[in-house]
Amino acid sequence: MPDTAHFEFLLRLGDSCLVLGHRLSEWCGHAPELEEDIALANVALDLTGQADMLLAEAARFEGKGRDADALAFLRDAGDFRNLLICERPNGDFAHTIMRQFLFDAWQVELYGALAASSDKALAGIAGKAVKEAEYHLRHSGEWVVRLGDGTPESHSRAQDALDLLWPYTGEMFEADETVAALVAARIAPDPAALQSAWTRTVDDVLAEATLAKPPSGWMQTGGLTGRHSEALGHMLAVMQVLPRSHPGAKW
Amino acid sequence: MTDNRMEWPLWEVFVRSRNGLAHRHVGSLHAVDGTMAAELARDVYCRRAEGVSVWVARSADIVASDPARKDELFEPMVSKVYRHPTFYEIPSDVKNI
Repeated sequence: MPDTAHFEFLLRLGDSCLVLGHRLSEWCGHAPELEEDIALANVALDLTGQADMLLAEAARFEGKGRDADALAFLRDAGDFRNLLICERPNGDFAHTIMRQFLFDAWQVELYGALAASSDKALAGIAGKAVKEAEYHLRHSGEWVVRLGDGTPESHSRAQDALDLLWPYTGEMFEADETVAALVAARIAPDPAALQSAWTRTVDDVLAEATLAKPPSGWMQTGGLTGRHSEALGHMLAVMQVLPRSHPGAKW
Repeated sequence: MTDNRMEWPLWEVFVRSRNGLAHRHVGSLHAVDGTMAAELARDVYCRRAEGVSVWVARSADIVASDPARKDELFEPMVSKVYRHPTFYEIPSDVKNI
């Protein structure tokens, strides 16, 4: 089991948490209600905390003396390995919630499986994080139902968000050589098994929300090999400016 | 442009900090229903491990005493200090009182 595949896999997990966590943090002070503002910020902090643990593990496997901060703040877009769905701009509230729901449903299954990973450190992180992910899914899932089965306006916005984001869901279940190596080593779960569990959750919630599931068709790809949208570069410019302008700054 | 946005109803939040203790009022928040109120209470009032259980109740459902009747309701007790059990000598060998 080469450490490079292990590094790559942990980087994917950590980067997705980091990028989505930052995206959510952009709502801080702007959410539609004060209570929801705090709830979204809590989810953002949970994801950032997960990113911190996962990137620290990634750095350990990389073995080049970098730490989690160096990975988070001193890499450029082409070196990020997050799912493309995580870097999508927030859009309206329905868009943010739909992105979160599709992601949370994936994370719950993923962490649930990783809690039994042969990588004990990763299993420990996943066992802790799955409780957070379950709450995130409850939060976003209830909002999807509330918006989908709400007013004509909220329904149409939720449906638009779902249609726009759907092509980004295929990436969650991509299986390349890295994934195959980790599945073989019983470190990572089989993406096909994750997909069927994810599909059940998503189908249930979309049905309750009276939203139409888009037909499965062409899916976006590229995040796992570093081919990102322009949106990630803009986001990183904001996220990384402080540690890059003031290297080693402490507060 | 008219603002026809309706305010979410207000809920009072009660948190039990440990098993065995009573739920204590910690504040209020806005939510569309009880389920949402209980979950938002977790985010707003339990971020620093303050609790193990949450109750929420619609603020409108709480019946409060009338502040204008404060004198008749509460003032008479102020002068009845003998209702406090402080006029007894506690035997020195009695512990845990």
